[in-house]
Amino acid sequence: MNFKKILPQLLTLVVVILVFGFFSYNAQVNMENRGITFGYGFLSQESSFDVQFSLIEYDGSHSYFRAYLVGLLNTILVSVIGIVFATIIGVVVGIARLSNNYLIERTAAIYVEFFRNIPLLLQIFFWYFAALRALPLPEKAEPIFGVFFLTIKGFFVPAFIWNNLDIFIYSLIAAIIAIVFVRVYAKKKQENQGIQTPVLLISIGLLIILPLLSFLLGGVNASIEIPVIEQLSQTSFTYKGGLKLPPELISLALALSLYTATFIAECVRAGVQGVSKGQKEAAASIGLNPNQVLKLVVMPQALRIIIPPTTNQYLNLTKNSSLAAAIAYPDLVLVFAGTALMQTGRAIEIVSITMLTYLTLSITISIFMNWYNKKIAIKEK
Amino acid sequence: MNKLNFLSPDKNNLYGYLYSGISLFSLSILIVFLNSFFSLDLTSFLPGTISYFLPLIIGFIGLHLIRIEYSGIKFLDIINKNINTNKFNALLSLLIIFAVIKSLPPLLSWFIIDANFAGDSKDACSGSGACWAYIKTWFNRFMYGMYPNAEQWRINLSFIALAFLGGVGFFATEKFKKYLTLYYVVIYPIIAFLFIFFFISGGPIFFDFSYGIIAAVISIIIGFFIPSKFKMYYFLIIPITIYILLKYVFFYEELIELGKIQAFEWVETGAWGGLSLTFIVSFFCLIFCFPVGLFLSLGRRSDLPIIKYISIGFIEFWRGVPLITVLFMSSVMFPMFLPEDMFIDKLVRVIIAISLFEAAYVAEVIRGGLQALPRGQYDAAKSLGMGYWKMHIFVILPQALKLVIPGIANTFLALVKDTPLIFVVGLLEIVGMLNLAKTNPEWLGFAMEGYVFASIVFFIICYAMSKYSYNLEQKYKTER
Repeated sequence: MNFKKILPQLLTLVVVILVFGFFSYNAQVNMENRGITFGYGFLSQESSFDVQFSLIEYDGSHSYFRAYLVGLLNTILVSVIGIVFATIIGVVVGIARLSNNYLIERTAAIYVEFFRNIPLLLQIFFWYFAALRALPLPEKAEPIFGVFFLTIKGFFVPAFIWNNLDIFIYSLIAAIIAIVFVRVYAKKKQENQGIQTPVLLISIGLLIILPLLSFLLGGVNASIEIPVIEQLSQTSFTYKGGLKLPPELISLALALSLYTATFIAECVRAGVQGVSKGQKEAAASIGLNPNQVLKLVVMPQALRIIIPPTTNQYLNLTKNSSLAAAIAYPDLVLVFAGTALMQTGRAIEIVSITMLTYLTLSITISIFMNWYNKKIAIKEK
Repeated sequence: MNKLNFLSPDKNNLYGYLYSGISLFSLSILIVFLNSFFSLDLTSFLPGTISYFLPLIIGFIGLHLIRIEYSGIKFLDIINKNINTNKFNALLSLLIIFAVIKSLPPLLSWFIIDANFAGDSKDACSGSGACWAYIKTWFNRFMYGMYPNAEQWRINLSFIALAFLGGVGFFATEKFKKYLTLYYVVIYPIIAFLFIFFFISGGPIFFDFSYGIIAAVISIIIGFFIPSKFKMYYFLIIPITIYILLKYVFFYEELIELGKIQAFEWVETGAWGGLSLTFIVSFFCLIFCFPVGLFLSLGRRSDLPIIKYISIGFIEFWRGVPLITVLFMSSVMFPMFLPEDMFIDKLVRVIIAISLFEAAYVAEVIRGGLQALPRGQYDAAKSLGMGYWKMHIFVILPQALKLVIPGIANTFLALVKDTPLIFVVGLLEIVGMLNLAKTNPEWLGFAMEGYVFASIVFFIICYAMSKYSYNLEQKYKTER
């Protein structure tokens, strides 16, 4: 064995163990002094605090674990909304940056340069404290299309009241499975016989017909509940019924998607530019029309460049959604690492759970990405 | 004379199309312009919807008429090539032009025409525009936080001195160029720390860190006479020994007395704030995260398994958690890990936390550069008989770092943009100060001005940084 190889490793190991030992020894002493015992038993205790906005049923009588779930679901909600909008804006802006129209290219470039050079926290504050505060009070709000109300207290939209919602969801799942089968079949047919099947039309048809059947035969029905203004006191109004999107959610989702979209736009631009011109010319020379060139030659290659950095941005967006704590949107950090920590004083347990949650999330996604990258990598012989 | 066919303009009647097209296009812009700047509605005699879309229709027809390829008129060709290639592009161009014209008057009036610049109280701001008097009144706080007014020259002086010392690299002659790396990586950060500690914070003249500096200086001087074979072990052992000797044996009693002497009034870090705090935090994090990230990236690519897996674990841990939870950890969890009588300042904890966090990102960026180098470079260096460190310092890193300049610049930009997060531990840099000023009862209702101001400040800083990194990239670009 080589002495030169063992020594540095041994030194590092000793240092790491010493540091960890020092920390855990101190933690033990400190907790003994304060009379706290380490353990996760508190998760089942009654939480006795309220959360403003929750996707599942929750109040003070539920456990801390339930509060954790509420926070986690809120984090996931705002991340999903942010990811959807960031992708849409990002793709549009990324393509606009490649436009041969000078005005469009400049507009997109200014948007990208401006929004990505301003701290996300500042943007969240801007939307929450400055822009959304300029909205009208509930009693003065002008309805948009008669049913949407954008007010300082939030965005009130009509809600669906479902009967037999589960059957409707099953029908949607069935439609999606059927579409997958159709695609596999169409691909096989194309490979074997060279006949193209109109997959898109069939898919859209399936997506419409199956849920429609569930309405007609499955006994599903939905009524729409429109928000109605209601007076709480002399000067205070609100809307009852329908769905309320709190201003915290709106400003957070706006800031997250506008900020992340700039990075996604750059990914898209780099991806499309990364496909060499020769590929397009070669595709055109074998008689593919422009649509086919885009769909069969350019996009598959561009996606290979676009997807890895874009997933990274999705991950960043999810992690950035923890900035919600700054404007009191009840996400994981605010509910659990904020309120619950204040109440129980269990800093080590709660911060470690919070970090582990985010860690699990990002490691899962990066493992999936590594697998995906390997799968789509060009196999060179 | 050919007949004008308005559906398909061609070159035969070039001027006929050109004049009618240009006049229609100008007319549409004129309508929107008058409407937006002077609230004149030229088309009010038409029914609502038509009057609303008329400029768009006229402009569209106008652009259609002048869409003539290779007309031979330079100006026309430029227009056609850039904003008028097809119907869809023409429509989008028109929409953008109209949107700009429409949004200019309200923006101008908010920013300049109706804005209030003079005055020092809320009453001065009566107009409908922005209240820049608010920024003017609070400017000092936005820059220096709660730092006492009479002492602010200390911050200014330190920043100016540090800027000069940082600029030394530009004036260095060839002879000193080789020491620049040593200067920027070791000496400059120490000088910067001393400036911050003595001037801005007003710390005591002698404190623990001074022993460290003396120990480092002595051991570096002796280090020149040590054969290079033992240098690594020498630098691992000697500085710490000298430090302990100095602290506990040589000057223990005498220096406790000296340690109480203060040259300046002590300003605790809780009072620091504003843009100067943004600079201090970003500056130190930049300086620390780079070497840490460099070692982590080398560790991750090392063939020593223990070092490799420790580096991977460290990097993936920090990359997997959001910064805000790291700061939470440093503020609520970290004190539990220290002995009860040991206290580390809030600002120092934050700087360490952010540096470690960004170091993981820097490490991944540098790893990208290391992986991009062809194997031949490693083999060539080894075949010349270079050891691990020599190979990396003289062959691998200069090439790898050159490749990753854009990536590192992006990480540094992210770092600067992350500094406002230190509000979590109660430190208020510029965004935090804005939120404080916003809740001042005498100045309610000026959130917009504050955020616009801070956005412009950050935009200037970050944009300048990204342009500088682009220049660096161009400067060090070598043909491969």
